[in-house]
Amino acid sequence: MATPALTRVELDYAGGERLTMNMGPQHPSAHGVFRAILTLEGETVVGVDAVIGYLHRCHEKLAETLTYAQYPSIASKTDYVAAMTSEFAYVLAAEEIGKIDVPRRAQYLRVVTSELQRVASHLLWLGTWCMDMGGALGGGATIFLYCIRERELILDLFESLVGARLLYGFYQVGGVRYDIPSGWAEACRNTIDLIDQRIGEYEGLLEENPFFLARAQGVGLISRDLAEDVGIAGPLLRGSGVQFDLRRAAAYSSYQDFQFKIPTEIQGDCFARYRVRMAEFRESIRIVRQALDGLPEGPISSRPGLKSVAQVRIPKGEAYARVEGPRGEVGCYMIADGSAKPYRMKWRGASFSNLAVLPHIIPGHKVADVVAIMGSVDPVFGEVDR
Amino acid sequence: MTRPQAASLISQHFGGAQVQGDAPFVVTVPSEQWQSFARFAKDTLGCRFFSFSTAVDWKDQGLELVARIDNLDDGVSVLMKARLAPGVSECPSLVPVFRGADWMERECYDMFGIRFEGHPDLRRILLGDDWVGHPLLKSYAVDTPYPPYR
Repeated sequence: MATPALTRVELDYAGGERLTMNMGPQHPSAHGVFRAILTLEGETVVGVDAVIGYLHRCHEKLAETLTYAQYPSIASKTDYVAAMTSEFAYVLAAEEIGKIDVPRRAQYLRVVTSELQRVASHLLWLGTWCMDMGGALGGGATIFLYCIRERELILDLFESLVGARLLYGFYQVGGVRYDIPSGWAEACRNTIDLIDQRIGEYEGLLEENPFFLARAQGVGLISRDLAEDVGIAGPLLRGSGVQFDLRRAAAYSSYQDFQFKIPTEIQGDCFARYRVRMAEFRESIRIVRQALDGLPEGPISSRPGLKSVAQVRIPKGEAYARVEGPRGEVGCYMIADGSAKPYRMKWRGASFSNLAVLPHIIPGHKVADVVAIMGSVDPVFGEVDR
Repeated sequence: MTRPQAASLISQHFGGAQVQGDAPFVVTVPSEQWQSFARFAKDTLGCRFFSFSTAVDWKDQGLELVARIDNLDDGVSVLMKARLAPGVSECPSLVPVFRGADWMERECYDMFGIRFEGHPDLRRILLGDDWVGHPLLKSYAVDTPYPPYR
């Protein structure tokens, strides 16, 4: 289908020739299946038509057919790189409508896992983004392999906690499903101490590399106005000068108990987003330490054991629960009708809104910058397409 | 802006709107005021952050539009709603007010078949161009066949 470019920027290009170039859907820098139809004038992109939906599974229809006990483990398949946070949003929404109490120990365990998840997710982002810009970083896969090495340690922790390495099903309405095994807290402390040290190593590798700086600084500017208008969230929003973090602004699951900073940068370019995420590593590690230190004793779930998956019933009502995922505001808008399944459930995927900014910021950049910008947005297509 | 100030501004400018709660304000407006209320919330209440928009199918009672916008500085949030009459699937677009509504409304069109008047590029976004029907309508069965694949 011939599709006209959505956004055009008129430039002083002497030639009258425009070239339409297809990028994706299997382009390695897309981190998934994303197709961008670029309109080029020479090397400069003047229009972008973003084509998404290759990974669509209609999660929202699926949620209407699955019970509150069944869906949380499916929710992890929306953002599979940060599976914990999507489950989190779903159970929070159900708990808000049902006014279900969550024991303090479960709240702290939720904080520990979602912060470890943020570190794991940011590690994957850093590694893949730097590999996308490979050649410029003098050796390509170095940072990628370092990051994957560290991410593996966190996945090992999740594996010993849940039994799974990617998609967890750790959360349930009313609490969490597993308590930490003996020795887990100690292993977790050792892992985060190690990662804390190595983050400085990556910063040294990258920020003293003039090629990295040239490709990241001043590229892909997002103004505060555009950021809010499109509704991008998380590190992108904070990279554009908005000091907004749901963990502070609308604290959930005991986040008010922890000390942490909200890293904010004002430049709004790829480098600012990189800086925000690098600072977030350290803040997440701080939160995990505090949560492990103050981990209360007690039950991990207020929900009794189930004999049937249809046993959890949520009274009539509606709620919008949102959590600060690694990519920003992951929201779940749920309408319950008193049965064992939601009447309607809407995912606000952070990546969906973040990706929607691309057609606004890419025009005017060179083709090679498209890769850098796309990587700095950190989309996960399971969450874009849902 | 505090929440009581916002509440009085809403009732001053939109007398016909039903307001419930204050965190967020759940405001139900007639569908013809859908766009003008969004404009008012953005300019007057400072709700410049476009969170999401979607729809709900209430079967015989028609479709309902839902959108959430936030003021990130002082925590005023609005969940705006509008009911479409049964059988109606046209509604003003929010794209002139919020650029983020572009993809959200395309998704809404894709899933519910709602035609947003004034949307610059209303076409399917998640499903293929040749898809028949709008899956999130309650009348669309989960096992609807999709020839030739199933």
